[in-house]
Amino acid sequence: MTTTTATHRGFWYRHPNLRLAGLLSAPMAWLVVVYLGSLAALFITAFWQVDDFTGQIVRTFTLENFQLVFTTPAYLTTVARTLGIALLVTLLCLVIALPLSFFMARVASRRWQPLLIAMVLTPLWASYLVKVYAWRAMLQPESGVLAWLIGPLGLESPGYGFIGIVITLTYLWLPYMILPVYAGFTRLPGSMLDASSDLGAKGWRTFRSVIVPMIFPSVVAGSIFTFSLSLGDYITAQIVGGKLQMLGNVVQQTYVSNLPFAAAVSTIPVVIVLLYLAAVRRSGALENL
Amino acid sequence: MSISRPTKLILTFLALLAFAFIYIPLIVILINSFSTNKSLTWPPSGFTTEWWGRAVDSEGVRDALLTSVIVASAATAVALILGILVSLVIARYRFFGRESISLLIVLPISLPGIVTGIALNNVFTSYLGGLTFLTLVVAHATFCIVVVYNNALARLRRLGGNVEEASADLGAGGWTTFRLVTFPLMKSAIIAGGLLAFGLSFDEIIVTTFTAGPGITTLPIWIYQNLFRPNQAPIVNVVAAALILVSIIPIYVAQRFSSDTNKGGGIL
Repeated sequence: MTTTTATHRGFWYRHPNLRLAGLLSAPMAWLVVVYLGSLAALFITAFWQVDDFTGQIVRTFTLENFQLVFTTPAYLTTVARTLGIALLVTLLCLVIALPLSFFMARVASRRWQPLLIAMVLTPLWASYLVKVYAWRAMLQPESGVLAWLIGPLGLESPGYGFIGIVITLTYLWLPYMILPVYAGFTRLPGSMLDASSDLGAKGWRTFRSVIVPMIFPSVVAGSIFTFSLSLGDYITAQIVGGKLQMLGNVVQQTYVSNLPFAAAVSTIPVVIVLLYLAAVRRSGALENL
Repeated sequence: MSISRPTKLILTFLALLAFAFIYIPLIVILINSFSTNKSLTWPPSGFTTEWWGRAVDSEGVRDALLTSVIVASAATAVALILGILVSLVIARYRFFGRESISLLIVLPISLPGIVTGIALNNVFTSYLGGLTFLTLVVAHATFCIVVVYNNALARLRRLGGNVEEASADLGAGGWTTFRLVTFPLMKSAIIAGGLLAFGLSFDEIIVTTFTAGPGITTLPIWIYQNLFRPNQAPIVNVVAAALILVSIIPIYVAQRFSSDTNKGGGIL
């Protein structure tokens, strides 16, 4: 070994902070400059406006974009609808994920668990667009798969619209709920469930007083994904929503002609997600992501 | 806890229903790709392999596939370098702002895609001279870092610092230790992370539509453009079916390579 490398090594060894800075500089430059920089620029743009005559962006501070969103009934309805869809999707994901995860973690034999997990993971990595497209085929009014499946029961396919959006988004984000909830169930110590039944609790009481409080952080972790991914989606509404719009559609339609307005609208889901994150931070859910 | 027999039966039934919900749409796409129907009409009136042949011959599909592979490879390469660097820092150092960094890395996939999309679109078009192939790679790499990072970090945490300390005790410097000890031990987790990053980039559509230069058509963009064209439906079905089959590969490989992919609750 030559002396140069030795001194080199010594140098980095003696300066851990420089070593840290060296390792961090490239990723931080990328994430802070490219990503946070862009977000900041967008946020600032939300306070500018477009000149009606020239179509150019006027860089003076104004709250007009936000005023427009919050005083136009059509936009307010869209905000409410988007929130409603996101909440419904989260609830539906939970209703499907709870029994399924409990089954996978506690009822199915250990030998089957890896396969079951793989079966949940596979659709997660199937193309997003393909999954939405699949539901276009499922929901098609009259000649779709759903109509064919439930037609004999005297039911009609919901077709493209509110219910279609909710079902499709539930389908898209379901694995994000199943995985943390499943992990929560596997971490649940069996001794605790035994203790509960030793103390005389029946199944339902054990579920309510022991299981629910213990897997609550996992549920919250899953809900972060189902809720925030639903809030910002616009492609699903385009493909299976019929004429219905979500916030994302408003952003997508206005960003070319009126970027400041689109920027203002796009801050709404971000603020809601950040508020939600702040609210659930204390539950310890963020460590479960 | 003993679960009563009726409860078990009900749970099994509900689980079966859930798996039916998960798999029926995917199976429908696979079946539709062989259907003689030219629209999404169900049930198929007959079966044919004609559309698969046409899709393979379709220049638009092949170009889009190639573009997707190139973009995903480039984005994965960048994400690998940046993701590994950050994971080393987070796993081995304690410093002020460490928590903010892990939050910053998750941010690009936790904020709505459309926000990331128009934010980058705005900067690229207003300040950096327009959208190109490069802007698309930059955008994809930004949200791919997190999967590499998560996989690498899980491995580093599991390894602990002992082997690295042993290496240092034996006189190896930081780089030598990384090259001969840390990296070989991380390799399978890095491969898993890289594959997941590739998969993530390969079928991303939202950020892509806002950051791809004119004329750059990735496979998801191709599907999106042809989705509403009635005469293209059979080919779109085939591409969708092929994508479902292909998506099984990264899962399989990632599971094999990374024993800590199921690190408990971890999604990415």
